[in-house]
Amino acid sequence: MEANFAALAEAAPRIWEGLGITLLLTLGGALLAIVIAVVLGLGARLNNVFLRGICRVFIEFFRGTSLVVQLFFFFFVLPQLGVDLPAMVCGILGLGLNYGAYCAEVVRGSINSVPTGQWEATTALSLSKAQRMRRIIFPQAWALMIPSLTNYLIHMLKGTAIVSFITLADLTFHTEQLRQDTNTFFAYGVSLVIYFVLAYILTLMMKGLEVQAKHKLGRGESLRDTLSLKAPDTAVAAEGGKG
Amino acid sequence: MPTITDPDTVPAPRPAASVPAIKFENVEKRFGDNVVLKDLNFEVARGDRVTLIGPSGSGKTTILRLVMTLEELSGGYIYIDGEPLTHEERDGKRVELGEKAQKQIRKRIGMVFQQFNLFPNMSVLENIIEAPVHVLGQSKEQATARAMELLESVGLPDKADAHPLELSGGQQQRVAIARALAMDPEILLLDEVTSALDPEIVGEVLGILRHIADTTDITMLIVTHEMQFARDVSNRVMMFDGGKVVEEATPEVMFTNPQHERTQSFLQAVLGNGEDQIGTR
Repeated sequence: MEANFAALAEAAPRIWEGLGITLLLTLGGALLAIVIAVVLGLGARLNNVFLRGICRVFIEFFRGTSLVVQLFFFFFVLPQLGVDLPAMVCGILGLGLNYGAYCAEVVRGSINSVPTGQWEATTALSLSKAQRMRRIIFPQAWALMIPSLTNYLIHMLKGTAIVSFITLADLTFHTEQLRQDTNTFFAYGVSLVIYFVLAYILTLMMKGLEVQAKHKLGRGESLRDTLSLKAPDTAVAAEGGKG
Repeated sequence: MPTITDPDTVPAPRPAASVPAIKFENVEKRFGDNVVLKDLNFEVARGDRVTLIGPSGSGKTTILRLVMTLEELSGGYIYIDGEPLTHEERDGKRVELGEKAQKQIRKRIGMVFQQFNLFPNMSVLENIIEAPVHVLGQSKEQATARAMELLESVGLPDKADAHPLELSGGQQQRVAIARALAMDPEILLLDEVTSALDPEIVGEVLGILRHIADTTDITMLIVTHEMQFARDVSNRVMMFDGGKVVEEATPEVMFTNPQHERTQSFLQAVLGNGEDQIGTR
């Protein structure tokens, strides 16, 4: 066992580098995904049949094709067509498009879930369509979409593990290397722990966003109150403690 | 209490008194195969306070929603100050107006809803100044000053920074009234504004509306179950049934001596014992 840890200590700098790649892919992919999700999610609600159609095709195509195949396509096929993208760009593009398509449905669904009365009030006040979406509907939909977006973010973090197929030396790649100096149980055990810790940190961060968004809508305590170490207040306890 | 009309804003040139504030011309509204309104014609004069009564499903709320452009007109025309609201006749054809043109007319109309519909992502004050700032182009200071006046007049000057959901139903509805008035509407639509409120706070909301009716010349179209309020505020009552106007009269006549049998039975059902005068509240 000691030998294992010695090997781990020796591999630590490389694993650290791999962690950087994994995080870069996750954050880059997530940023691209949220932009795509908002654009396609809004586009899929347009009255214009042509534009709406384009958005729908886009969503269905990237939802309906395998992420691995998309990555292979960007990395191996595009160069044959004269488009040579760095592996990292291919990774972020593949993750962003794939998860962006999924999240577009989350965005669309959350927008549609904002109560009809809110939409009607904006008409009664003569707000333009853009003002309605930007100032009234989207801020309310945002609170609704965060839990689902968190799910997809965690998915994406774990999905990054397949980028070693396109030569990126990410966390999984380096723990795989570690296996050669230790054993299967140890190396994959280390990998599990690191992914779990990363996922949990992301979950906590997203939970913070959710608390903040809900507080802005007048539901639940502020993020500062949630983070303070005071005893949980009675309102939270009454909700079954799911603050 | 301050008056409702803002002295700072230049009043829009108002059309001659003879032009009706609202005119329905052969209006038809269908939901699928269900015809809610058919061949509906009526006019509301400037400054009129018209209450629509009738059983549920008679189309009275649909009328308000058509004026607010919350529902699409299936046929016919609605005119506001003589100008088409959503559709106009061009070369004998019925043509829908562009969004810009519709918005110009819509700006003159305000609505208060049964469920208040305040924006939960904004404070009370932000709710009120949102449209004046972003639609009418008022400065934030100007809109805020006016909003504080309005909050004063609905009795909630200390709630400006409160969150809408911290308020009681009655308070939320008063904010909603202030929000509608902040746009200086020529026409105010009141859609069962007290139906979602506890009986003991209905009075506070109706009191404010009475005050508005007394101190302004806003044209009002009211759907309510509060017959005493209808009697106090309106100068005309229209009884609807099956999407048609069954009877139309002053509140005095309508509530004491209705002519049509359908009105008699409806009022009897709503007011309970027919020999009682309305106004047990």
